[in-house]
Amino acid sequence: MNKWITSALLAGALVSGQFLGQAMAQDAKETVRLGIDVPYEPFVMRDADGKLEGFEIDLGNELCARANLECSWVEQSWDGIIPGLLARKYDAILSSMAITPERERQVMFSLPYYNTPSVWITARDRDIDIDDKASLKGLSVGVQRGTIRDVYVTQEYGDVLDIHRYGSSQEVVNDLKSGRLDLTFEDFPIANDAIDFRQEDSPYKQLGDSIKTPTSIFGKGAAMAFRQRDKALAAKFDEAICEVYADGTFDKLMDQYFDYDLSVRPSEADCAQ
Amino acid sequence: MEQLNGWFTELLSGNAIFTANTLSFYWDGLVTTVQLVFLSLLIGVILAVPLAIGRGSKRRWIKLPIYAYTYVFRGTPLLIQLYLVYYGVVFFDGIQDSIFWVVFKQAFFPALIAFTLNTAAYTTEIFHGAIKNTAKGEIEAARAYGMSRKLMMRRIILPSAFRRALPAYGNEVIFMLHASAVASVVTIMDLTGAAYYVYARFYAPFQAFIFVALIYLCLTFSIMFLFRRLEKRLLAHLRPRGA
Repeated sequence: MNKWITSALLAGALVSGQFLGQAMAQDAKETVRLGIDVPYEPFVMRDADGKLEGFEIDLGNELCARANLECSWVEQSWDGIIPGLLARKYDAILSSMAITPERERQVMFSLPYYNTPSVWITARDRDIDIDDKASLKGLSVGVQRGTIRDVYVTQEYGDVLDIHRYGSSQEVVNDLKSGRLDLTFEDFPIANDAIDFRQEDSPYKQLGDSIKTPTSIFGKGAAMAFRQRDKALAAKFDEAICEVYADGTFDKLMDQYFDYDLSVRPSEADCAQ
Repeated sequence: MEQLNGWFTELLSGNAIFTANTLSFYWDGLVTTVQLVFLSLLIGVILAVPLAIGRGSKRRWIKLPIYAYTYVFRGTPLLIQLYLVYYGVVFFDGIQDSIFWVVFKQAFFPALIAFTLNTAAYTTEIFHGAIKNTAKGEIEAARAYGMSRKLMMRRIILPSAFRRALPAYGNEVIFMLHASAVASVVTIMDLTGAAYYVYARFYAPFQAFIFVALIYLCLTFSIMFLFRRLEKRLLAHLRPRGA
């Protein structure tokens, strides 16, 4: 008899506990801690009161709201950001981390959410068609040695252009301005800061479109990083990334912080999953 | 040839970094380095002989400017001189439209100018020291023969001064070879430039630089060997008898 009562009570406690747990989960959202390296303007910085702000903060908060998660930010310097994730100091990294094969061995990436483009720049009075390779013969191009842009130019234009490789992008800009270089192929944000090429009256101009492909050279872009086993969490954020792209929220945020396009629209196949 | 080719391919198989492509980068780098160093040394020596004679002149207006030149070029790093010649000249207004731009547009000539001026300064001082150390007796003997100063310089002082300068000059040649590694900072694809390229491409600093270090070692060794032979011939009279 006693046994029966105990069993019944235990069962009841278990069942009600389960219900209670579910009820609580519906009330209080699951909490997720996001690791970020501060500052990296304009992606993340501090305002006058010391509060975090920036493109990635806004984007991260938006993604969390859509995934129905309670998010908090954890600051972590760059060189310890992957070890910090693996040591459970936070549950995901949202810190302009580019997807690379080396990192993919340690962490799981979400869909990429942005990628900075590269641009061809030349003097405004030059008439150069970058797609007509035959016409480029003998022209000189400056790139920073060992960058993805060096790889791209070497691979695609190595047989026509005379490639000058520099130690820093500042030196490339110097020689474009001195007239030693006919062309330069630069990272868009760097070029945007160093060379005034977007105004009508500037002595320089962009040639052709901004370039982000092939991904085998330029990479897939920056993505959130998770521990390998947190597949469910990654899937929630993937879905949220698809959503902010689909309804234009991403573009609105982007326009708020940038005056150029760094979007990497996920394919329908990626979002269908 | 075909056999050699086959042997070569076999040697390189299973090697991701030292492919025929990267080796051709090193080869082009070797050619550029040798050209750059040889030309600057040659022009440097031609400049240094009259400068060294002028450096020992009694007239202040000849002596002082040469002293100032050697002082400045020996007193500043070659890298800075190279930067000044390469990036500095473009700040002269209108140089892009002048005939000088043909020379300064490429990276090779600014580097050649910087290297030449640098080695000429050191060589001037080496020769000057050797001329100053000419034995008094030799000069007195030349005077006793009634030689003019010109003739004495040509027949007595310079030949013996060059012999005495030889070991120090051999060092200067080796220093110049090593200093030429800075040429890669102004985009010249010399040996070091090739190594930088391979390093940046394959993220393999150790292999890229150890290989180039071996090439530099070989070059240095050949230069040393050459100067040993020269010293043995030209300084034979200074060796102890029977040695």
